[in-house]
Amino acid sequence: MGKEFIKLFTPLKREKVIKLKAGEKVLITGVIYTARDAAHKKLVRLIKEKKPLPFLLDDQIIYYTAPTPPGRGKVIGACGPTTSSRMDKYTPLLLSRGLRGVMGKGQRSVEVKEAIKKNEAIYFITIGGAGAYLSRRVKKAEIIAFPEIEPEAIYKLWVEDFPAIVGIDARGEDLYQNLWRNK
Amino acid sequence: MKKGLLEKIKNTVSTLCKEANYGIREDIFEALCQAEKEEKEELPKFILSTLIENINISREEKIPVCQDTGMAEVFVEVGKGVKIEGILLKKNILEGVKEGYEEGNLRKSVVKDPLFSRKNTGDNTPPLIHLSFSPLLEKEIKIIVFPRGFGAENMGKVAMLNPQEGREGVKRFVLGAIREAGANPCPPIIVGIGIGGTMQTSMFLAKKALLRPIKIRNPHPKYALLEKELLKEINDLRIGAQGMGGMNTCLGVNIEHFPTHIAGLPLAVNISCYALREAQKVIRVSS
Repeated sequence: MGKEFIKLFTPLKREKVIKLKAGEKVLITGVIYTARDAAHKKLVRLIKEKKPLPFLLDDQIIYYTAPTPPGRGKVIGACGPTTSSRMDKYTPLLLSRGLRGVMGKGQRSVEVKEAIKKNEAIYFITIGGAGAYLSRRVKKAEIIAFPEIEPEAIYKLWVEDFPAIVGIDARGEDLYQNLWRNK
Repeated sequence: MKKGLLEKIKNTVSTLCKEANYGIREDIFEALCQAEKEEKEELPKFILSTLIENINISREEKIPVCQDTGMAEVFVEVGKGVKIEGILLKKNILEGVKEGYEEGNLRKSVVKDPLFSRKNTGDNTPPLIHLSFSPLLEKEIKIIVFPRGFGAENMGKVAMLNPQEGREGVKRFVLGAIREAGANPCPPIIVGIGIGGTMQTSMFLAKKALLRPIKIRNPHPKYALLEKELLKEINDLRIGAQGMGGMNTCLGVNIEHFPTHIAGLPLAVNISCYALREAQKVIRVSS
């Protein structure tokens, strides 16, 4: 495992994604979108009702978080990842509609893994419990949908060198499984 | 109760909500630094050093250590000769939580109806208040604010074991719960275990166990030994910091126990993420 970080830019191109391997460290720069439990429910309902989504999913990353309110002079508050598995039910549909990456913490279901493989997508794990640290990598934040469910609203985040680790790569290789199996 | 005292309780709760969320408890911080020093593998070492940096940023810049600033559990211990009016006490604690979460830029994470509407209450109330009476306190009230993030809270488990399952049964269940939780509760974790009482008492004990500093062992030698064995066996699972493998899955195991029924062995596991947040203060009550 190399010590170096791989630089990534959003939107995430397929060609770039399929080269990434589980366990590699990356730094993400560009726009990403937040969504967690309640926002996922709403997004999936919009898709099922064939209504437009608040942002285009194509090649984008959804980040599972709901930040704390920003302190004075800050762009955002703490914004670390929440447990991804609560979104397992919704992820395959979003990936089939063009979403390229998802980011959170913890293990994913077999269904999500299959959907990642099928759609040549990717699951990033970022550092759970590092909300204050990660807030420094966010340069701008704006609520673009569902303000009524704050703090679970969808934020558009402009991030710079946001650190993450490839958790499940486009071939379906699962970092946790590899790490825990080898022991 | 005098107005001044109620005001003081409200302000103290408010301050403790903020204090608890900017950083983590000192004994856990020390254990985390030690873990980082000893870790040999690259990925978990990177995680651990990032978590330490995260705490330093949180403390210095007053940014919550985690975006999940939790549902506030408030433990109130009333000392000797203190007269309280329960309803006013509860009201002022609730007001304190409301104020602390607003002023401290903490996230409002509580929904009113757990099953149907799931609408956010908007002010992080209600808190969960646990009132007890302590002969160890003089004319004092001790307040502990323990914000519970749900990444870890969700991973807790209760079992009503058959007493015949004994010590081995306890270990099997605890290890099973932790294996299943995996990377979800943000390891390195701290494990609180409650044994005895009735079903809900065991979980209360598990939570109380987390309030004890991790360097202090259960005073009963057999329980103390069980704490040590479990710590080692949990670390042998090698889930590691944020699930990245390595030697640091768990920083501490605390067990609390209580008498129980002849037919039962209630057992509860309550997990804390690495970011165990707790702040406390003793208020002197003037006559």
